[in-house]
Amino acid sequence: MNIENLIQISETEWEIPMYIRSDMRVPVKLFVTREMLEHIINDKSLDQAVNATTLPGLVGQVIVMPDMHQGYGFPIGGVAATEYPHGVISPGAIGYDINCGVRLLASSIDFESALGEMDKLATLLNKYCPSGVGKEGAIKLNLKELDQVLRDGSRWALKNGYATEADLARTEESGSLEGADPNKVSDRAKERGREQVGSVGAGNHFIEVDVVDQIFNEEAANVMGVYQGCLVLQIHCGSRGLGHQVCTDYVQSFQNAVRKYEIVLPDRELVCAPMDSPEGKAYMAAMRAAANFAFANRQLLAHSARRAFEETFAPQTRNWHLHQVYDIAHNMGKLETHRIAGKEVKVCVHRKGATRAFGPGSPGLPPEYQKIGQPVIIPGSMGTASWVLVGTEDSMTRSFGSCCHGAGRVMSRSQAKKQVEGNSLRRELENKGIKVRAGSLPGLAEEAPSAYKDVDMVVETVSEAGIAKKVARLKPVAVIKG
Amino acid sequence: MGFEEISHTADWSARIWADDLTSLFKEAARAMNSLSGTVAGNGPRVRQSFSAEAPDAESLLVAFLSEMLYLQEQKDLTFDQFDLRVASQWLKVEMEGTQTASSEKAIKAVTYHNLRIEKTNQGFEVTIVFDV
Repeated sequence: MNIENLIQISETEWEIPMYIRSDMRVPVKLFVTREMLEHIINDKSLDQAVNATTLPGLVGQVIVMPDMHQGYGFPIGGVAATEYPHGVISPGAIGYDINCGVRLLASSIDFESALGEMDKLATLLNKYCPSGVGKEGAIKLNLKELDQVLRDGSRWALKNGYATEADLARTEESGSLEGADPNKVSDRAKERGREQVGSVGAGNHFIEVDVVDQIFNEEAANVMGVYQGCLVLQIHCGSRGLGHQVCTDYVQSFQNAVRKYEIVLPDRELVCAPMDSPEGKAYMAAMRAAANFAFANRQLLAHSARRAFEETFAPQTRNWHLHQVYDIAHNMGKLETHRIAGKEVKVCVHRKGATRAFGPGSPGLPPEYQKIGQPVIIPGSMGTASWVLVGTEDSMTRSFGSCCHGAGRVMSRSQAKKQVEGNSLRRELENKGIKVRAGSLPGLAEEAPSAYKDVDMVVETVSEAGIAKKVARLKPVAVIKG
Repeated sequence: MGFEEISHTADWSARIWADDLTSLFKEAARAMNSLSGTVAGNGPRVRQSFSAEAPDAESLLVAFLSEMLYLQEQKDLTFDQFDLRVASQWLKVEMEGTQTASSEKAIKAVTYHNLRIEKTNQGFEVTIVFDV
């Protein structure tokens, strides 16, 4: 595909019209600049976005965000809404890491006065928040306890002393999706998840301590408790092996479902089933259970991070506490009601590498966020800025209440490994004053900042497009990676 | 018989080729271990059986590699020898390996993305995308 095939709507909005391919059911809307588009056409993400438009039951448009890049089946940075109940749900359009997401916790600890403690803090975070390939989590659950986690998510954590009511109030869906059914999760998935609650995992997942570098919206930042010059903490991870296995199981079983329901797709990774079919209902219940596991996972990691903060800062200050700003998913399928062509329509919004970004007054937001809109957390690449945004009225009408999810990769992992050496990168980050604890140096090299787009440009694009507003920019001071 | 890494923006991809279907499956397993930097140790050899039924060879390949991922993550086992029989809709494999010595990176899943086992003049070929 080339840029000439696309229609430019504005500086930050483009469309792939339906006449590009005969099997498209809806157009594709892209929130990108021309400059970004010139890079995006170098991989297969636009073809993948067009493939996504063939899912039965789609409404509106398939939306892609400025951090979009090539994935598998569905592009990363993609949003697609299918009408409930006859439209389909597609596990591949949600991803293997179900409810991969980001949690932001904030403190009133002044970074300048905490400089001498950052080494200790990084070491303790690394000790209490296990990360890396196949690493076990903070606790081991028996199968009965695991079923409770799958059913209740963060509510399980609250009952067991790992969470506060305030944490749950500031988590998407209060950290507990209704309709989760542990019986729809395979024994194998449970076996993989049983020992991984409270662990970060590997890949692009991390725990990062940041300092609030710049405030753009004083009112929203005050409501969130995000203060200039103070320390905050991000937790980026998902449902670990349990979620991966749930998706693997259902992508495999849906290979038969598409034959049964005579659904023709251009890519087998997009396999799907109608939401009101037995197969669709089973996946929805299993996906929600995996999502609850991920909410509980990030909650336990928050608990462990608070322990590290307390041990580091309690001797110096009484005010070491980390309060929750928000916890948000960026790989999920959610039943929501959106206004489409003047009508309220209940849809399943598939977000794969896209963040929910509900505007002011949206249902499900805690009272303090009703006026400012839902906080959106955009982690940058390692060593670069991250952002706190809020959803807008426009995001509700133009992007199914969604926004970007990060910087987005621009360089392949193999190319990054060739160009970047893990040890040099670690030294480079340390020279910038960023404490690094990394289990795998090749893994670190693959996540080098040069492998990603400029997160500031990505955020500028969604802000310019009006689907999110800037609140604060964060600067990393410690990174813990598997 | 061999494999090469194919550039992919976010994940890992490998093109694998072999004279016959059996060798293609074995080479795919080696490719996956190589991409994740997984190395078998020198401990006692372990044997494991696996069988699967599926509507096509691509699904059998995904099932086989997913089984290896599971054994790596859950049992810490790496397999490097395979006695494998594969037909159009079933697969039986006896795997031999050891405890994993080291693994650099994690593969989350074996995907079906554009997965097609193709007959070539030299034998068979497939390109697999792994989610990482």
